[in-house]
Amino acid sequence: MNALDRRTFVKLAGGGVIVLVAAKPSALFAQQRRGYPEDLNAYLRIDENGHVTLFSGKIEMGQGVHTSLAQMAAEELGVPLESITMCMGDTDQCPWDAGTWGSQSTRMFGPAVRAAAAEARTVMMKLASEALRVPRETLVVRNGIVSDGKKSITYGELAKGRQIARLVGEKAVLRSVKDFTVIGRPMKRVDGREKVTGRAKYAGDIRLPGMLYARLLRPPAHGATRTSLDTEKAKAMNGVTVVERDDLVAVLAPTPDGAAEALSLIKAEWTKPAAAFDHESVGDYFVKNGGAGEVKNVKGEWDPSPGASGATLSPLAGRGTGAKRQGEGLDSHESIETTFRTGYLAHAPMEPHTAAAEWKDGRMTVWASTQSPFGTRTRVAQALGLDESKVRVLTPFVGGGFGGKSPAPQAVEAARLAQIAGKPVMVAYTRGEEFFYDTFGPASVIRVVSSVDDERKIASWDYHVYGAGERSSEVLYDVPNVRLTSYVPRSSKLHPFATGPWRAPGAGMNVFARESQIDIMAAKAGVDPLEFRLRNTTDTRLRRVLQTAADALGWKRGAGPSGQGRAIAASVDAGTYCALAAEVEVDRKTGAIQVKRVVAAQDMGIVINPTGAKMQMEGCIAMGLGYVLSEELQFHGGDIADRNFDTYELPRFSAVPRIETLLIKNDELSPQGGGEPAIVPMGAVIANAVFDATGVRMTRLPMTRERVLAAMKAT
Amino acid sequence: MNRKIEFKLNGKPAAVDTDDQRALLWVLRGDLELTGTKYGCGEGICGACTVAVDGVAVRSCQTALANVEGKSVTTIEGLERDGKLHPLQQAFIDHGAFQCGYCTSGMLMNAWAFLQKTPHASRAAIVDEMDANLCRCGAHQRIVSAIAEVAK
Repeated sequence: MNALDRRTFVKLAGGGVIVLVAAKPSALFAQQRRGYPEDLNAYLRIDENGHVTLFSGKIEMGQGVHTSLAQMAAEELGVPLESITMCMGDTDQCPWDAGTWGSQSTRMFGPAVRAAAAEARTVMMKLASEALRVPRETLVVRNGIVSDGKKSITYGELAKGRQIARLVGEKAVLRSVKDFTVIGRPMKRVDGREKVTGRAKYAGDIRLPGMLYARLLRPPAHGATRTSLDTEKAKAMNGVTVVERDDLVAVLAPTPDGAAEALSLIKAEWTKPAAAFDHESVGDYFVKNGGAGEVKNVKGEWDPSPGASGATLSPLAGRGTGAKRQGEGLDSHESIETTFRTGYLAHAPMEPHTAAAEWKDGRMTVWASTQSPFGTRTRVAQALGLDESKVRVLTPFVGGGFGGKSPAPQAVEAARLAQIAGKPVMVAYTRGEEFFYDTFGPASVIRVVSSVDDERKIASWDYHVYGAGERSSEVLYDVPNVRLTSYVPRSSKLHPFATGPWRAPGAGMNVFARESQIDIMAAKAGVDPLEFRLRNTTDTRLRRVLQTAADALGWKRGAGPSGQGRAIAASVDAGTYCALAAEVEVDRKTGAIQVKRVVAAQDMGIVINPTGAKMQMEGCIAMGLGYVLSEELQFHGGDIADRNFDTYELPRFSAVPRIETLLIKNDELSPQGGGEPAIVPMGAVIANAVFDATGVRMTRLPMTRERVLAAMKAT
Repeated sequence: MNRKIEFKLNGKPAAVDTDDQRALLWVLRGDLELTGTKYGCGEGICGACTVAVDGVAVRSCQTALANVEGKSVTTIEGLERDGKLHPLQQAFIDHGAFQCGYCTSGMLMNAWAFLQKTPHASRAAIVDEMDANLCRCGAHQRIVSAIAEVAK
């Protein structure tokens, strides 16, 4: 049970009407083993001013759940959006939550919010019926006012002086789609005014009396060990405190620039371990150290010994000769083998990891930029040897996460330093620290061997993945013979630095390989790539997104390379179907790819906020341009070469194409994920469009100018 | 060198007694507690710290305090007048031209300074001007649309 149980909450929340939702872990959570407890997961309060507060352990990092969750509550309660206040990511006030990731806030947490609000409405209607002395059936609620057409009373008046607490299961009586007035309507973001005026507070904007700014001594490379340390000059600086505790060496100063100056006065020597591989040799290293491989999914006829193919095929051979192999699927058709590669990716949110910590009366309070306030509370408590009840984590607005702020080591550092110094301390990562301590999205190598039959249908699909994991690795199309082999490294320390989930973890890499290979087969079979896809799937949702995106682009038929520079790719992620169609131009002199247009068609079930959903799709496409065209971490072992945006290049305004987004109506399906799906097919759709424009097949991301030029020369 | 630096800040007189070589960014965020201006990269690459000095957009992380002496500094906190949003701010809300909001202050200040000298900028000119400001959430298209609406 949480430190914050129901009784405590009701006491803390004060008067009014409070509805709590106790939901059993949903099937998906159980499946994902996220450890979601059988516990309260939504609170909602209506106070005597008719004001509604929704408490959620989720955090707002730009994805707009602040708005979509408020919209869901407003819909079920029958109140205007403006009367809802969100309290998010505060471990003292909000129900426990595993973390904000995986496009789950709306689809997983949404049902709990709607249930709480629907139950609250039921309670209010009952109170209104008693107060107005009219039957409940005659009452309707609009804008927080309950009325039978003659007499009326407000939610605020009904809540006044009450101490009502209700507990509901997730299955409350919800409004049906046809009655929606708030859900499904495009809504402007509720955090807009704060964000355009500079008033929105991020962790770095917290100011505490007497707060000191910390800078920590960092190693030059991951795995480096310190051999000497001289802090004398820093200690001599006016107003500077030097902290030395085991591995923790830090300076504390009244200003961040003062702390930077003090840190520069510390002299330390280090020895770096030898680099096992770098950004160029990573692919070979993965394949060599990838282990025997584990067959995860088999359909049709395959050689039962999985190790055989891994050992006999050269995974980095690139596009294969098409030779038939014994036991490799149906061998009546020529097989096509392609190896795809991608590099490590930085999350690079605009706000670096930041935390402010205050140690007061035996309690540690930390304001942190984190996607996981409750996980951060646990880690702070462990590091300080405190009970979790003695730690409070608050999450102000988070300036971008994309998976990178699931861990929040800066919060632990700030808390340790605040306890040592006895004063509030802020730890704000520099951009260099942000790059160095990122949990990079892993590099990957994917080898696909597939074949097409005389009907121009996919006959076999043999898929081998290193590094990317299995998300979105399924073949998606109707293929009779499928085998997926995932290579798990022999050593858990495969990577020379920390890695972690990067927006739709691994899915973009798997779909880059799959949807490229689909196009390669279509071209080989002499079939238009859209037609080839439609020919190979009966999935109506998939067919619909493909056709919708193609129609909106103005698809002109033609087998690749058609010279048009247009292409299509599709994926399923977080329950959402997404197809992207794109147009590119390739400068044959420089190798530069200019993406001119991207059309996205998405089927995500019920859409809570169409504007928010479209913003997420556009964001996915614009962010996706990065890993497709320019982003790839440069490193030598644990030595991270990229420390700022000068060498690790994010997409800029001039790279962003005209983006059109289409939402497919599917109100039969509950809301699905929207924060990640549209980034997933970006690699494939652009690589396919480059092929369609030039006849050159790019099998490695990012498709830098140099690589495009080299590939054109080689063709 | 420690000395008193006087300048105009969002239309009002301001004075700071500190090392005049400190970056304007830290003086604004720390000494003056105007936290709307953000740190992004510390090297003038990302534009999150953009403010206007005498109407010209500068990177406050690369601007020494001494350089604004006697000048007029405008930060994001200075755009709103008497509780009324500047048309650019309103356009950013109307177009949904932000997600996490962390780059927004710098985007707005860069656009504001640009429209001071080029009130009727074309969409292409806006893209060109904004190219040095980074947004990681991918709000680019909406940012350009918001600025273009005000530049009409």
